[in-house]
Amino acid sequence: MKIMVAVKRVVDYAVKIRVKPDKSGVETSNVKMSMNPFCEIALEEALRIKEAGLASEVIAVSMGPNQCLDTLRTGLAMGADRAIHVDAPPTLYPLSVAKLLKALVDVEKPGLLILGKQAIDDDCNQTGQMVAGLLNWPQGTFASKVVLDKEKQVATVEREVDGGLETLCLDLPAVITTDLRLNQPRYATLPNIMKAKSKVIKKVTPQELNVEIKSDLEVVQVTEPPKRKAGVLVSSVDELIDKLRNEAHVI
Amino acid sequence: MEKWRISRHIVKRSSTSLFKSLLSTNFEKSINTSGSTYKSGRNCNPYVEHYFQCQKRHFQTCCHPLRDYTGNLHASKATNLEHICRIQYKSFGSVATQIQRNPSFSTLNSDDVDHFKKILGEKNVIQDEDRLLTANVDWMGKYKGSSKLLLQPRSTEEVSQILKYCNTRCLAVVPQGGNTGLVGGSVPVFDEVIINVGSMNHIISFDEVSGILVCEAGCILENLDSFLVNHGFMMPLDLGAKGSCQIGGNVSTNAGGLHFVRYGSLHGNVLGLEAVLANGTVLDMLGTLRKDNTGYDLKQLFIGSEGSLGIATKVSILTSPKPSSKNLAFLACKDYLSCQKLLQEAKRKLGEILSAFEFLDSQSMELVLTHLEGVRNPLPPSIYEFYVLIETRGTDESYDKEKLEAFLLRSMEGGLIADGVVAQDINQASSFWRIREGLSEALVKAGAVYKYDLSLPIEKMYSIVEEMRLRLGQSEKVLGYGHLGDGNLHLNISRPNYDDSVLAKIEPFVYEWTSKHRGSISAEHGLGLMKANEIHYSKSPQTVQVMASIKKLLDPNGILNPYKVLPHNILYPEA
Repeated sequence: MKIMVAVKRVVDYAVKIRVKPDKSGVETSNVKMSMNPFCEIALEEALRIKEAGLASEVIAVSMGPNQCLDTLRTGLAMGADRAIHVDAPPTLYPLSVAKLLKALVDVEKPGLLILGKQAIDDDCNQTGQMVAGLLNWPQGTFASKVVLDKEKQVATVEREVDGGLETLCLDLPAVITTDLRLNQPRYATLPNIMKAKSKVIKKVTPQELNVEIKSDLEVVQVTEPPKRKAGVLVSSVDELIDKLRNEAHVI
Repeated sequence: MEKWRISRHIVKRSSTSLFKSLLSTNFEKSINTSGSTYKSGRNCNPYVEHYFQCQKRHFQTCCHPLRDYTGNLHASKATNLEHICRIQYKSFGSVATQIQRNPSFSTLNSDDVDHFKKILGEKNVIQDEDRLLTANVDWMGKYKGSSKLLLQPRSTEEVSQILKYCNTRCLAVVPQGGNTGLVGGSVPVFDEVIINVGSMNHIISFDEVSGILVCEAGCILENLDSFLVNHGFMMPLDLGAKGSCQIGGNVSTNAGGLHFVRYGSLHGNVLGLEAVLANGTVLDMLGTLRKDNTGYDLKQLFIGSEGSLGIATKVSILTSPKPSSKNLAFLACKDYLSCQKLLQEAKRKLGEILSAFEFLDSQSMELVLTHLEGVRNPLPPSIYEFYVLIETRGTDESYDKEKLEAFLLRSMEGGLIADGVVAQDINQASSFWRIREGLSEALVKAGAVYKYDLSLPIEKMYSIVEEMRLRLGQSEKVLGYGHLGDGNLHLNISRPNYDDSVLAKIEPFVYEWTSKHRGSISAEHGLGLMKANEIHYSKSPQTVQVMASIKKLLDPNGILNPYKVLPHNILYPEA
């Protein structure tokens, strides 16, 4: 069984982001970019499943311009067997990504598609669910534990939901999106980095996959949230009441 | 006679409470045996800990009269108290010699306090017990003073007025910043007045073209770095204590740190300094010029003087543009020879992008994994003999990464590296750095630590660690780690508690060994109180004499940070 993992190149989690002066988006030039943390967790889970002997191959997939190759190389250095780079414009919305993933799944026919639950740059949390809908596959999102049963071809997924933990049983093939507590991703070791140099990264275009990328969404403006104002020490209860009434308008 | 009665009264007042706790423990047994074998150390006895917390006031008052009047007190209680008073010292530090408080310094009185309140205002004159306690103890918990007064000036003018007054009154002072020093240089030895410049934390100016930053001495290093990041610059030094240490203290101690191998010493990066001398004179050496060959470069005297020649109040420092790409590799080596060869290769192959080269041994790794939370071994499952951290900084990320990876793969094929990982994002890089930077913290959590900071020729650097292990035996934990790129070893012996017999095996052997190999007994930590009498291991007698003359010239009454940096027999020849 093959496992396909979708990974996204995003602004590094530890970077303090700034909005571009023209308010069209977030400053991404000269800023450290790395693999989305949830995608790292997804890849780690796929590698663990493969190491347990339940899968034969892990394929990493990323979509975007050539810089995606860095992320794919990280994925290969972690242990993925091969990678696919879909050469696409830099801003792709979840529906387009889902359509491209469906096309790839139709070609590669993996038994499991694992993604991070959301990307930390847009926080959409939509791709996994959309691609499961397009493929008509069962989905286990916000997975905090995944157990595969090869003979029965079933995946038992524990999900983190608002009320606690929910356990689902999914027939394979299925889509799983990973949450934070699923695992701790491994580091890229030098022997693996060395092996990664000989691994294959295949390039495809949306045209070859017969997917039309058009978006129904347009980003109009991106602004920073209002800065926190400093607190004010009031000197008496009267002053407090006055401020609450006249400045904050809460009483 | 009168004095004797008063001191006896003090003894009586405190003796009953002293003995209630003492009699019920085996503490007394350890006192009654010969003077040199009493138990010492923070964690040796829970009663002692508790006792110190609640009886410290009694301690401090009874110590001084006893020191002077022990001959007159006949009761056996007195001799026990004398021993206890000495324990106040021994428990809190491995001070090699018994220091006596210099009688030429005056004692603080209420007139002094009133005067300070007039200069600084009520809020910045602190006599509160709790705040004094934290200011009196160093970061490692090893050195404890008994100052009664903490001052927090907010401007150079206030510092000048304080020092002028202290000089006329002959009151000893301790300049204090972040109090993160490791040789007891930032806390009082006796009752010196603590002058903490932490409230002087404004950034005065920053020139984006030249990268020259002018700020007050109380600015915390990490805050300066955050400020500079917004402008695309960075501070030329980085140390584990960056969240608490202040730039004034860094400059006064000529701090080294992790990026020394790339950006060099503060002697080169500090362009100007404003310092206040002991008599209150403000020396304005606050230039912002890269080149200025007019006369003697006086600020160099203050850099590294550890607060003994003047108090730094403003600093002008050259910062560098922040490199946009950082790469970090955490590597394992089989033996020390591989580490050395790796350093050679790194300097050659990585050249200008190399920004840090650190190493730690297997014992250090084990200690960090045991005592620090949230830290995991990047190279499981085994523990290798040596670990090396290599950081590169440059302007082109993919180019640097390729260069680093090519270098690492070649070194691995050459057998220099047994295994390694390369950080893929900032979080991974921080977790690797946490292992190296958290070592000091882990050592403090593990109990007592004897800490040595030596500069040695790189080939010999690890030999001292191995020899120390042989000397102390299997039961002692000897750790070696440090800035391999600068030839700077941090040798640490970690034990559950302090023990003088172990100390006797370590010192002066470690200093003699270092001296024999023409190394420095203090590469970057400074001399402070810990090594005040050991300077002769690394400096000739003539140079030390000249240093003493300079000290006498700039601080004739010796009020600035007394008992530290220079040997006592040279500073106080009459005593």
